[in-house]
Amino acid sequence: MSITIDFLYWPECPSHPDAWERLQKVLAETGVEAQVNTCVIETEAEAEAADFLGSPTIRVNGRDVDPQTPAGAPARLTCRLYFREDGRPSAIPTEAMIRNALSDVQTLKEK
Amino acid sequence: MKIGDKAPDFTLPNVDGTKIALGDLLGKNKAVAVIFSCNHCPYVRGWEDRMIAIQADYAGKGVQLIAVNANDPVKYPEDSFEAMKQRHASEGFNFLYVRDESQEVARAYAAERTPEVFLLDNTGTLRYHGKIDDNYEDAGAVKAHYLRDALDAVLAGKTPPVAQTEPQGCTIKWK
Repeated sequence: MSITIDFLYWPECPSHPDAWERLQKVLAETGVEAQVNTCVIETEAEAEAADFLGSPTIRVNGRDVDPQTPAGAPARLTCRLYFREDGRPSAIPTEAMIRNALSDVQTLKEK
Repeated sequence: MKIGDKAPDFTLPNVDGTKIALGDLLGKNKAVAVIFSCNHCPYVRGWEDRMIAIQADYAGKGVQLIAVNANDPVKYPEDSFEAMKQRHASEGFNFLYVRDESQEVARAYAAERTPEVFLLDNTGTLRYHGKIDDNYEDAGAVKAHYLRDALDAVLAGKTPPVAQTEPQGCTIKWK
């Protein structure tokens, strides 16, 4: 199974450069080879069409890296709220979220 | 609004049911920090502990923080007045939290982000504009305490060492 990562962001939210840097760091550290697609979301219609829950949204093989993503969360143009392991809020996914999402896909790949 | 400009006056409903007039706050305090804010933004959430700490540390020095939420509650229900009341209670906010339903105040201030600070001296003159500090995510890693430094300067009758920074946060959700 190949690995595809979708990196979706809304340019008006300032968090996407940090999120992109974090994603690249995790990919470099894990040595995971993946096809990374970036998608710029600029309108509410685009957000709806892409089920964009806020900026940034990162999906590994279609699955959101944040395991706490509520089902049916509305698509919208804003910065997305994440929570770090210690409970503090953040505007970007944690390294652990990205690592775990990659690990889950690799585990499936090995089976 | 530019540094040195007089801030537009406003009267807005507070989460406790009272009406808050900026003019009254200016008459009772040495400085007022008007902070455009909201419930849903991760940057606001990250900085909230600093807002509470600053209000606690400076209340006795004649400083009042007032958070103004102008976000469209239809598209962002967690920013409704009712949700503001709930968050104010659950998080133990010690600062004022008012609703700008018409968004006229946000437009009058030309505010764009949440959070976005407009620090006024007791004449209502803008003395600092921008972000609270340089690290929304980690209070322990802050190197530049912009709002605290500006407050100290205003209280001492001096010019803030940094009067303007780029606000960092979500956009205000216009109707």
